[in-house]
Amino acid sequence: MQPYIKHTSIAALMDRSNVDTDQIIPKNFMKKVERTGFGINLFHNWRFLADNITPNPAFELNKPAFQGAKILVAGENFGCGSSREHAPWAIADYGFNTIISTSFADIFHSNCFKNSILPIVVTAEQLASLMAEIAANEGVEFTIDLPEQKVTTPGGIVINFDVDAFRKESLIDGLDDIAWTLKHVDKITAYEEANKKKLPWLWPNA
Amino acid sequence: MTKTMYEKIWDANLVHEPESGSPLLFVDRHLMHEVTSPQAFEGLRLENRKVRNVHSILGTIDHCVPTKDRHNIVDAIAKKQVETMTSNCDENDINLFGMDSDQNGVIHIIVPEHGFVHPGMVVCCGDSHTATHGAFGALAFGIGTSEVEHIMATQTLQQKKAKTMLVKVEGKLPEYSTAKDIALAIIGVTGTAGGTGFVMEFAGSAITDLSMEARMTLCNMAIEAGARAGLVAPDQVTYDYLEGREFSPKGDHWAQAITYWESMKSDEGAVFDETITLRAEDIAPQVSWGTSPEQVISVTGTVPAPSDFTNEVKAQACTNALKYMDIKAGQKITDIHIDIVFVGSCTNGRIEDFRATADIIKGKKVAEGVQAIAVPGSFPVKVQAEKEGLDKIFLDAGWEWRDPGCSMCLAMNGDELKDGQRSASTSNRNFEGRQGKGGRTHLVSPAMAGAASIAGHFVDIRDWK
Ligand code: SF4
Repeated sequence: MQPYIKHTSIAALMDRSNVDTDQIIPKNFMKKVERTGFGINLFHNWRFLADNITPNPAFELNKPAFQGAKILVAGENFGCGSSREHAPWAIADYGFNTIISTSFADIFHSNCFKNSILPIVVTAEQLASLMAEIAANEGVEFTIDLPEQKVTTPGGIVINFDVDAFRKESLIDGLDDIAWTLKHVDKITAYEEANKKKLPWLWPNA
Repeated sequence: MTKTMYEKIWDANLVHEPESGSPLLFVDRHLMHEVTSPQAFEGLRLENRKVRNVHSILGTIDHCVPTKDRHNIVDAIAKKQVETMTSNCDENDINLFGMDSDQNGVIHIIVPEHGFVHPGMVVCCGDSHTATHGAFGALAFGIGTSEVEHIMATQTLQQKKAKTMLVKVEGKLPEYSTAKDIALAIIGVTGTAGGTGFVMEFAGSAITDLSMEARMTLCNMAIEAGARAGLVAPDQVTYDYLEGREFSPKGDHWAQAITYWESMKSDEGAVFDETITLRAEDIAPQVSWGTSPEQVISVTGTVPAPSDFTNEVKAQACTNALKYMDIKAGQKITDIHIDIVFVGSCTNGRIEDFRATADIIKGKKVAEGVQAIAVPGSFPVKVQAEKEGLDKIFLDAGWEWRDPGCSMCLAMNGDELKDGQRSASTSNRNFEGRQGKGGRTHLVSPAMAGAASIAGHFVDIRDWK
């Protein structure tokens, strides 16, 4: 995984709440057996006109000022709905590595960390101030510092955010979760042996 | 110290809690379908890793399957997904109820049919509606594809402990109100994010009165309230359902299992982080009017206006939804006309659901211009329904009687709404475009869907018959 440390990038504004994973990547683009190539269909139904090719000029992410943005600032309950990891794959593939909102749906939130995307939870007032700064100055660049757990903006906003210590470390080191877990494989084996005695009907030929 | 069922399952499945790092939770059962697993198998192959406990997995093919002429998958990429699932399961010796199995169906329908999930288990699937299996008192939740791979390789998940919410529904549910209506009414109260970070336990006399099928409908929708999972304590209803099924404990193990299951229930006086209470008597048949399951109201109501919401975000969401759904504030729910009716999905695709619809449409005819399709959740459901003559009732009323699959629940298999079409659907999500780009979805119970098919618009089934 790509390590995530500190960067200064354009912040795009998406002033909508309950953005669900069906919108992030509509199901007709999920029929792939690879993890790559989902970015071109991110927000497809909003992003393109009825011909499915022409960019919809009314869709916020199509604004010239937001091109190349790595930070997405969006309304509450981002990523609700389907568990599809195709949603963070599409977001990462499009180029975002940070999403800022007041809340994220559980499964989406944990899927982000598996794909080097940092979801940052802020308060409603903080979100409003970040949104106001982007609206007043489209194309503005925010700085995200993960080791310091800080968002700073040219407008003078400084936000200290919380992040789970283990997930933070994994992001910074670009760690492979499975390799980490397998370091504890003896514990897993011991659990399984005990479980075979406790609930034998769950195991074949136990 | 008293404990909730969630805490007991957590403790029983906790493999290791390292000082630095994430707690590891043991996963007893792992369910799989063709859409969210291929990249996980690919990941295993690339790293040269093996599936740790093959017997813990049960797979199906459901999302991409046509419900007419099912073997003729015209979409080349969907076909590849189906083939990939089949070969992945073959290669790894995984139990797959595939395209040729007479047990094939939607994952959350077939798993209970085989008694594969028991109380006290941790159950995962790359699918948010895994919450369904909470009906058995199992901690069941959806995961992403990286986690699918993680479980295959390690039989565990890195998890964070959730908070607990007790949702009490006391009293007697009125006639024609169903588990679907309880679920929608709860979401109407909590909102779609109200359950975020929580595991909900449903309790109270209206819940214990529910059949196993109805409990599955209820827990299935827990995710639409944002909850990680829903739970119902196991009881005699649960045990009667499980007894004798393929993967249920047999012989001496049966009594041992019941003792264990009983011990996993929340203790008397266990403390929940939050509690909400609803009165069953107040729950009328529900109809969603917007593009989020929380935008729901009872059938006697009218479509709200943005000004009805004090919360600015919800007011804006209302404005957007009215526009997308092409309905007006103040419009009576019963004045909303529909084009397509869909009964099926892992929410309402079980035998009781088809009985409920059949009961309403029997001897009547589908309204002119309305297309109505019935999609059983699995072949066993289909066969049972046909044994009871339900297929004839549907066909005589002008419905289509299809083969199993997810079908119009997420419209990946070709069954979909066209731009601007409006459905009465027994599925679980009314998101923009969920049932087809530009399609408009109203969520209802199977009985309400049946009545809408005949009338051509929503009706209050309580005084309609
Ligand atoms: S029926 Fe719908 S909700 Fe259920 S598994 Fe299929 S697509 Fe998902």
